Amino acid sequence: MNELLRRMLFLPDQASDYARQVDGLHYFIIITTMIAAAGVFATAIFFFVRYRRRADTDLTPHVEPRTIHEVVFVGLPLALFLVWFAIGFPQYAKLSLPPKDAMDVYVQGKKWMWKFAYPGGPNAIDTLRVPVGRPVRLLITSRDVIHSFYVPALRVKMDALPGRYTQSWFKAEKPGRYEIFCAEYCGLGHSAMLGELVVMPQEEFDTWIAEQRRGANAVAQDAAPSGERAMPAANVAEEGRRIASEQGCLKCHSVDGTRHIGPTWVDLYLRQEKLKDGKTVVADEGYLTKSMMDPAADIVAGYQNVMPTYQGKLSPPEVAAVVEYIKTLKTQAVRSGPSEGPVYESIPRPQ
Amino acid sequence: MNPSLARSEVPVWNPRNYLNSPETGLKSWLLTQDHKRIGVMFLVATTIAFALGGVFALLIRIELLTPGPTIMSAQTYNRMFTLHGVVMIFLFMIPAIPSGFGNFLVPLMIGAKDVAFPKLNLLSFYVYVAGALIALFGMIQGGADTGWTFYTPYSTTTITKVVPVLLGAFILGFSSILTGLNFIVTTHTMRAPGLHWTRLPLFVWSIYATSVIQILATPVLGMSLLLVAVEHAFGWGIFDPARGGDPVLFQHFFWFYSHPAVYIMVLPAMAVISEVVCAFSRKNIFGYKAVAYSSLGIAFVGFFTWGHHMFVSGQSAFNGGVFGVLSMFVGIFTAIKVFNWTATLYRGSILFATPFAYFVGFLFFLVFGGMTGIALATVSLDVHWHDTYFIVAHFHFIMVGATLMAFLAALHYWFPKIAGKRLPEGWGLVAAVMIILGFNFTFIPQFLLGNEGMPRRYFSYPEKFWPLNVASTAGASVLALGLVIVLVYTLVALKWGPIAGSNPWNSRGFEWDTPSPPPPENYETTPVYTHGPHQYDLPGVETPPAATPEPKHAS
Amino acid sequence: MPANTTYLAHHFESLEKQTYAARLGMWLFLATEVLLFTALFAGYGVYRYLYPEAFREASRGLETWIGFVNTLVLVTSSFTVAMGLERATRGDGRGTRLLFGASILLAVLFLGLKAVEYTHHFHAGELPGRFYTSDAVQGPGGPIFFALYFLITGLHAIHVVIGMTVLAVIGWRAGRGAYAAEYHVPVELGALYWHLVDLIWIFVFPLIYLI
Ligand code: HEA
Ligand code: HEA
Ligand code: HEC
Ligand code: CUA
Ligand SMILES: [Cu+2]
Repeated sequence: MNELLRRMLFLPDQASDYARQVDGLHYFIIITTMIAAAGVFATAIFFFVRYRRRADTDLTPHVEPRTIHEVVFVGLPLALFLVWFAIGFPQYAKLSLPPKDAMDVYVQGKKWMWKFAYPGGPNAIDTLRVPVGRPVRLLITSRDVIHSFYVPALRVKMDALPGRYTQSWFKAEKPGRYEIFCAEYCGLGHSAMLGELVVMPQEEFDTWIAEQRRGANAVAQDAAPSGERAMPAANVAEEGRRIASEQGCLKCHSVDGTRHIGPTWVDLYLRQEKLKDGKTVVADEGYLTKSMMDPAADIVAGYQNVMPTYQGKLSPPEVAAVVEYIKTLKTQAVRSGPSEGPVYESIPRPQ
Repeated sequence: MNPSLARSEVPVWNPRNYLNSPETGLKSWLLTQDHKRIGVMFLVATTIAFALGGVFALLIRIELLTPGPTIMSAQTYNRMFTLHGVVMIFLFMIPAIPSGFGNFLVPLMIGAKDVAFPKLNLLSFYVYVAGALIALFGMIQGGADTGWTFYTPYSTTTITKVVPVLLGAFILGFSSILTGLNFIVTTHTMRAPGLHWTRLPLFVWSIYATSVIQILATPVLGMSLLLVAVEHAFGWGIFDPARGGDPVLFQHFFWFYSHPAVYIMVLPAMAVISEVVCAFSRKNIFGYKAVAYSSLGIAFVGFFTWGHHMFVSGQSAFNGGVFGVLSMFVGIFTAIKVFNWTATLYRGSILFATPFAYFVGFLFFLVFGGMTGIALATVSLDVHWHDTYFIVAHFHFIMVGATLMAFLAALHYWFPKIAGKRLPEGWGLVAAVMIILGFNFTFIPQFLLGNEGMPRRYFSYPEKFWPLNVASTAGASVLALGLVIVLVYTLVALKWGPIAGSNPWNSRGFEWDTPSPPPPENYETTPVYTHGPHQYDLPGVETPPAATPEPKHAS
Repeated sequence: MPANTTYLAHHFESLEKQTYAARLGMWLFLATEVLLFTALFAGYGVYRYLYPEAFREASRGLETWIGFVNTLVLVTSSFTVAMGLERATRGDGRGTRLLFGASILLAVLFLGLKAVEYTHHFHAGELPGRFYTSDAVQGPGGPIFFALYFLITGLHAIHVVIGMTVLAVIGWRAGRGAYAAEYHVPVELGALYWHLVDLIWIFVFPLIYLI
C-alpha cells in the first residue's frame, strides 16, 4: 500500500522512518481530500442535472439555511483540518528536537556549493557521508545569501541563513545515495547547487572518517613550523588542488578545458586573456593573484562579474599554492577534477 | 439557448451611454472621472499586463522543456520568473478585479452615481500607470533576478536592476491603497436609500473586505520594499547580516503584507463567483450572512498567518504550530463559501452558459488549491514541499485556477453590461473547456514534480523530472491557445458582436437595472431598494425587479 | 441654500454625506500613514531587542534638548493650526491664513533644528550602514540605529514638508475667502493631517531620544 501510493504520488525513496511517517500523513490527506472533494463535486453535478434550466424566467423558491447547515459547514472541515494538524505538528516538533546522541555535521551553503565539516577537521564539498542508522544533527549556516538544504528522500529541509545557525536532524535507515538540492533561490547557480548524501554502513563510514583524519593530520604535519613552507613543487600543486576544491573554485572553473561559470584553468597560465573593456593581459602570477583578490577589477570578456572575492579568505601561502596548481594545468596534463563530487549526470551549467 | 432570443422584445442598445457621452475623444477618456471609464481603462491595462506576464510564463515553460538550457541562459531565466511573478501579481492580479470590475460595478450595484472620490479614482489609475512604467523601465534595463519575494540579502546584493522594480511595486501599492480607500468610503456613504448592509450585493461585501486588507497591509509592504531599495542603493545595512542586520526580518515584513495580499487576489474572485452562481442558477444565495461575514473573517484572520511561509526558516516549532493552526482557521471561511455556493444550486434553475462553466472550473480549482494550502499548513509536510513545484502548483491553482477563472467569468457575465454587446456562446464554451483542461494539464504535473522533490526557480533540473515537465509545458500551450481564443473573440465582439440589450441574462443583480451600456450618470433617478439582489422567488418582469421607481431607458 | 449647491459635487446627494465621506476618507488615509511608520517602528523594536546596549548608547548620544524643543515647537504648531481651524468655522478666512502662516513658521523652525542635528551627525560620522565612521558605539548596533534614525526622522521630515505645503495652499485659499462657515471641510482635513504629523513625532521623540 505504502509502495503503491508512493509511486502514484511520485514520491522519492523513503530513506528514513521520519520520511515514512510524513508520507503516511500525505496519503491520509490525499485520500480525505479526494473524498471530500468528490462529495462536493458529486453534489454539484447532481444539482446541475436535476435543476437545469427550463425557462429563462423560471421562478425559484427562496431557500435560507438553517443554523445546523452552517454549523456542519464549519465543523466538518475544521474537524478534518485539526486532525491533519494533530498528526503533522508532532512530526514537525520532532524535527526540531535532535536526539542527544546525534552526530554533528556542520553544513555551510555558499554560492553555489555545499560544504560539510565533521568535528575534528574532516570536511567535504558537496558530498555528505553519514553512517546508516545513526541520528545526524545538521548545523546549517551560509556564507553569503540564503540557501536551503534539502534532501527529498529524507523529507527534510532547512534554510541556511547567513550570520546564524539553524538546525535539523535525520536518521537515515537505508544505505544509498540521495540527492541534495538547494531549495532557496540564490542566484545564477541555484539549480546547479546540488550535492549528494551518501548513507554508508557504520564500519565503512568509520574507515572513511579515519582516513580523512589521517589526511588532515598529514597536512598539518607537513606544514613547516614557521611561516615558510618548504615543500616540493609537486606537493604545493597538490595542496593547491585541494584548496581549490575546498574553496569552491572548481564550481565555476573547470580543469578539463570546458567553459563553466568562469573561464577554464587549463592552459590559463601565460595565456593572452581578452578583457571585457577590450584590453588584453597576460595571465602571469600577479594577474592570477589579483583575479582572486579583486575579481571585479579585470573581467574576462564573455563572463559575468560573479566571482566572489577571496580577499581575507585565502592566506598568502594558499594563494601561492593555487597559482602553482593552475600552472600545472597544461593541456597534456588534464586532470579529471575533484575526487569528491556528485556523480549525477552533469547538469549543463549556466552560460 | 440564447436567453435574449427567448424574450419577445428586440434588444436595444442604449444610445446615450458612458462610452459616447459626454464625449468620445481620447482626451475625454484620459481625463474622465467616470468610474465606469476608469474601470474599463483598468481592465484594458491589466489585460495587457496579463498578456505580458503570460508571454513570460510561456518562455519559462519552453525553457523547462528540456533538463538543460533550452532557449535562454540561467541569468535570463531568473529574470524571467521574477518578472512573470511581479507582472502577474502587482500589475495584473491585484488590480484586475477590484480596480477593473470593482470600479465599474460597485457604484452600479449600490445605486450610486459614482464612487466617493472620482478624482482620487483617476489618480489611482495614473499611479498604476506610473508604477507600471517604472517597473517596465526596470525590466528593459535588465530586470531583477530575485524572485517576486525579494528575499534579502540576495536582493540587496544582486547586480541586477532591482531598484526600479521595487520602486514600481512600491508605487503600485499606492494605487491599490487609493482604490481601497475609495471603495470603503463609497460603500459607507454612497448606498442608495433602502440598501442596508444586509441587502448589499455580495460582490460589494467582498470588495469591501478586499479594500480593508489593501489599506492595512499595503503600507507595510511599501515600507519594506523601500527599505530593500535603500539598502541596495546605499548599503544602509538594515537587512544585511554582515552589518548586523536580520535577513529574516524582511521575510516577516514581506509576508505580513503578502499573505493578506493573496486574499486581495482571491476575495474579488469570490465576489464575482457569488454573483455568477446566483445569476445562472436563478437562486438567492444560500446563507447570505455566512458568505458576507466570512469575507470579513478571511480579511481578519488572514493577517495572522504570514509565518506559514517561513516554516523552514528557523523559527521555533511553537511559532510554526501557531501559524499552522491559524492558517487552517482561515481555510474554514473559504470552506463556508464553497459549501454555500454549492448549496445555492439546490432547487435552482441552472443555465450552463460560459460564465457558469468558469464557475465550475473555479470551484474545482479553489477546492484543490485550497486543500493543498491546508496540507501545507500541516507544517510537517511543508518541510518537504517548501520551495518545490508543489508550492508553484498550489498557488497557480488558486491564482490562475480560481482567480483567473473568476476573471473570465466576470468578463463573460458583465461584457454585455460593459460593452452592450454579446460574446459568442459557442466559442466561449470551447475556450472554457480548453482553458480548464489545459490548466489541469499544466499544473497537476507540477504537484507531482513537487512531491518528487523538484525545487522551484530551477533553470535546469535532473533528468528524472523531465517527463512531467514536458507534460506541464504541453498543458500550458493548450491553456495559452484557449486564452488567445478568448482574446480574439472579445475583440471581435467589441465591434461586431450582437446587441445585448439591457439584461441579456435575465439577472436580478442590481447592476442590470440600468440600460446597457449604462448612461454616464448610472441611474436617472436614484433607485430605492426594498429587498436584496437575486431574489428569484418574486414574480414579475426581469428589468428592473428591485429598483423603484423604474429607471427610464434613455432610448 | 447657496452654499450647498456651490460646494456639493454632482454625485453626492447632500453636503452632509459629502462631508462624512471626506472625513472618513481622510481618517482612513491617516491610518495608512500610521501603518507606514509602524513598519519602521517595528523594525526599530526588533533591532532594539537585538542590540539593547548599542541602541541605548547611540540614543544617549543624541541631542535630547533639540528633540525636546522640537517637540514643543510641533505641539505649538498643532495648537495654532487648531486655532486656525476654529477661525475657519466662524468664517474668518484671514484669521485662518494668519494662524496657518504661524504654523508654517514653526515648522520651518522645526526643520531648521533638525538640520542642525543632522549636521552634527554628519560631522561625527554617525551615519547609516557602511557610512558609519564614528567609534562612539561598538558593534553593528550603531550603524543600524542610525539607519533607522535617518529613515524615521527623514520620512517624518518629508511629511512635515508635505504638511507645510498643504497648510500653505489651504491657508492661502482661506484668506481669499474660498471657504465659508458652513463649509470648511478642506481646512479641517488639512488640520487633521498636520495633527497626524505632530502625533507621529510625539511617538518618535520618546522612542528615539528618551528610552
Ligand atoms: C490567491 C492566492 C492564494 C490563496 C487564496 C492561498 C490560500 C491558502 N494558502 Fe497559499 N500561497 C499562495 C497563494 C495563495 N494561497 C502563494 C502565491 C504562495 C507562494 C508564495 C511564494 O513563496 O512565492 C502560497 C504559499 C503557501 C504556503 C507556504 C508554502 C511554502 O512556501 O512553504 C502555505 C503554507 O501553509 C499556504 C497555505 C495556504 C492556505 C492554508 C490557504 C487557505 O486560505 C486556503 C483555503 C481554502 C480551502 C481550505 C478550500 C475550500 C475548502 C473546502 C472546499 C472544504 C473541503 C471539504 C471538507 C474538508 C469536508 N500557501
Ligand atoms: C496571478 C498570477 C499568475 C498567473 C496568472 C500565472 C500564470 C502562469 N504561470 Fe506563473 N507564477 C506566478 C504567478 C502567476 N502565474 C508567481 C507569483 C510565480 C513565482 C515567481 C517567483 O518564483 O518569484 C510564478 C511562477 C511560475 C513558474 C515557476 C518558475 C520557477 O519557479 O522556476 C511557472 C512554471 O511553470 C509558471 C507558469 C505559469 C503558466 C504556464 C501560467 C499560465 O497560466 C499563463 C497563461 C497565460 C498566457 C499564456 C497568456 C495568454 C495570452 C494572451 C491572453 C494574449 C496573447 C498575447 C499576444 C498574442 C500578444 N509560473
Ligand atoms: C562564482 C563562481 C566563481 C568561483 C567560486 C571562483 N571563480 Fe574565478 N572566475 C569566475 C568568473 C566568472 C571569472 C571571469 C570574470 C572575472 O575575471 O572576474 C573568473 C576569473 C578567474 C581568474 C582569471 C581567469 C582568466 O581567465 O583570466 C582566476 C585566476 C580565478 N578566477 C581564480 C579563482 C580561484 C583561485 C578561485 C577559488 C579560490 C575562484 N576563481 C573561484 C567565477 C568564479
Ligand atoms: Cu543555494 Cu539556491
Ligand atoms: Cu500565505
